[in-house]
Amino acid sequence: MEGVDRAEHSVTRPALPAPFKRMDIFIQQLINGITVGAVYAMVALGYTMVFGIIQLINVAHGEVVMIGAMVAFTIINALSSSGLPPLFIVAIATACAIPVCMFLGFAMERVAYRPLRTAPRLASLITAIGVSIILQHFALIIWSRNPLAFPQIIEIDSFHIGEATITNVQLAIIGISTAIMAALAWLVYRTRLGAAMRATAQNAPIAGLMGIDANHVIAMTFVIGAGLAAVAGVMVASYYGIAHYTMGANLGLKAFCAAVLGGIGNLPGAMLGGVLLGIVEALGAGYIGDLTNNVFGSNYQDVFAFIVLILVLVFRPSGLLGERVGDRA
Amino acid sequence: MLNFRDHPKARWFGIALIAMALLMLPFVIASAGTAWVRVMNLAILYIMLSLGLNIVVGFAGLLDLGYIAFYAVGAYTYALLASPHFGLHLPFWVILPIGALVAAVFGILLGAPTLKLRGDYLAIVTLGFGEIVRIFLNNLSTPINITNGPQGISRIDPFSFGSFSFAKPETIFGLVFSGPIKYYYLLLVVVIAVIFINLRLQNSRIGRAWEAIREDEVAARAMGIDTTRIKLLAFAMGASFGGVAGGMFSAIQGFISPESFVLVESVMVLSMVILGGMGNIWGVVLGAVLLSFIPSFLRYTVGPLQMWLFGHMVIEPEVIRMLVFGFVLVLVMVLRPGGIWPSAVRRRELAPSEDGARG
Repeated sequence: MEGVDRAEHSVTRPALPAPFKRMDIFIQQLINGITVGAVYAMVALGYTMVFGIIQLINVAHGEVVMIGAMVAFTIINALSSSGLPPLFIVAIATACAIPVCMFLGFAMERVAYRPLRTAPRLASLITAIGVSIILQHFALIIWSRNPLAFPQIIEIDSFHIGEATITNVQLAIIGISTAIMAALAWLVYRTRLGAAMRATAQNAPIAGLMGIDANHVIAMTFVIGAGLAAVAGVMVASYYGIAHYTMGANLGLKAFCAAVLGGIGNLPGAMLGGVLLGIVEALGAGYIGDLTNNVFGSNYQDVFAFIVLILVLVFRPSGLLGERVGDRA
Repeated sequence: MLNFRDHPKARWFGIALIAMALLMLPFVIASAGTAWVRVMNLAILYIMLSLGLNIVVGFAGLLDLGYIAFYAVGAYTYALLASPHFGLHLPFWVILPIGALVAAVFGILLGAPTLKLRGDYLAIVTLGFGEIVRIFLNNLSTPINITNGPQGISRIDPFSFGSFSFAKPETIFGLVFSGPIKYYYLLLVVVIAVIFINLRLQNSRIGRAWEAIREDEVAARAMGIDTTRIKLLAFAMGASFGGVAGGMFSAIQGFISPESFVLVESVMVLSMVILGGMGNIWGVVLGAVLLSFIPSFLRYTVGPLQMWLFGHMVIEPEVIRMLVFGFVLVLVMVLRPGGIWPSAVRRRELAPSEDGARG
């Protein structure tokens, strides 16, 4: 409980401007930021893995997150009156969302991106935009254009850290995403498939000569990324309690910013970038009003991600952890 | 094929014929309802937008996903300087150049920090830029009310010369010139000017420099092209066309709000450029005309068809329109990357004897 001690000290410190005296608010923003950041990190991993292997910004990745949330929404709604334990229902919903998204990721790669692998890069980016629009509007047709109230079947418990609180949902999001990211790291750095992925990312033709089936590896990358996206979709929808057919676009964009911040193509970078971006956004939205005498308010929250993106691309295009990317940026 | 360059008389005859057709067009269309004239005016605005975006994407090869921001800048410039919102009522021939200039400045604002970026990175940053502009338009109503927030600005002045207003119908020689028809002629003049400028630009020193940058930036620099200046010029010029189109949109609609300048609109203009054929001016014009008639076309066909088949609307035309855009982007890229009317350079590039990876 170091935070509590510091909170007491900071009250007596006169140098800080008024809003920063409240350490509990700061910690609260930090907790919220880390929660959202964990989701960003999960989505950012999908971007970064695909980019690392075929240098494609899969703009439609955000829509996969949305589809994951929507599928989970349908399942939870169907099961909520069945009397099963809530945790179990959410687990089933996630278990259904993951294969749906994985299939979607696989199909996307096969139909839209594979034919364009040797085409100029802009071509596949434009295709990705098309795919994203198509997915969004199919979701609109299936799940309507209204925001859907994501069933809050898990009872929310709050734990106190000093004056700040952390809910069980937040804890679960942070815990699950940490576990999944650890599993992913194991997959990429310790298994044969992971080695094949890294080899293809480094030099696809040579990896091919070593007997690696590049098509298979690329398809698996999309599938794994989509699986992560599905989980992220369930998490973000249960955190905000809302699912909407456009939720993927914004989330995807921010996750992309996170991936660039960490250094695109770099897995630890995506995790770091996601969490950092979440924190920057939460703190930014929390303090911008005080800092600018309420000229700007928290309604500018969405601007931070883009500002971070532009700053990173201008001053350090390789990102925080990325190696030199030379021609890429 | 008949080469019009070798038959100057046939060429002039053809041009005269097209000119006649364009002059008659609004009256023919007006017989189907004034709404269609409005649709046509909007189509002309989209031609201007697509041609502006074509400079950035088609000529210079810089993928811009936030292009609609410049349209927004032009529209808001006009709206703020010619509406009761600030009580300013400047004449349109003063504001349109200002709008073009302001949009160009925004173009440079976007271009300057992103000069080093290429291709896909640039696309995402421009997308972010477009969103930032929209978020600001939405929120700049406090503490000083500049944009009036999500409510938008209404009662924007129509174009007028002294007592001649473009909004009022007028009867000349027994023909009724309704507001939209008058705007049509004005738009026609402007769009012809824009096409002419584009045609001249394409084969100018600047146009060739853009093409060189698109093909290979490093080589272009080695040939002595000031890539920084030339790229900024592409952004500024593309943006200024967007600004002019925005100003005219503002005046024609009489009302604007941030809703009109969402990301989807950028994607729509991009679809027009891509469907028609990136880099080919006439292709882009064609793409813009085709896609801008789609919403109205769907409204009058798919809507009633569904009512007739199912008794109620199953899929709204608006949704189908977006699906059409999505499929246009994917199918054109996968099946015919040059668009329906590819530019000469692309045709050469896409011809067989390809050995794979480029760009």
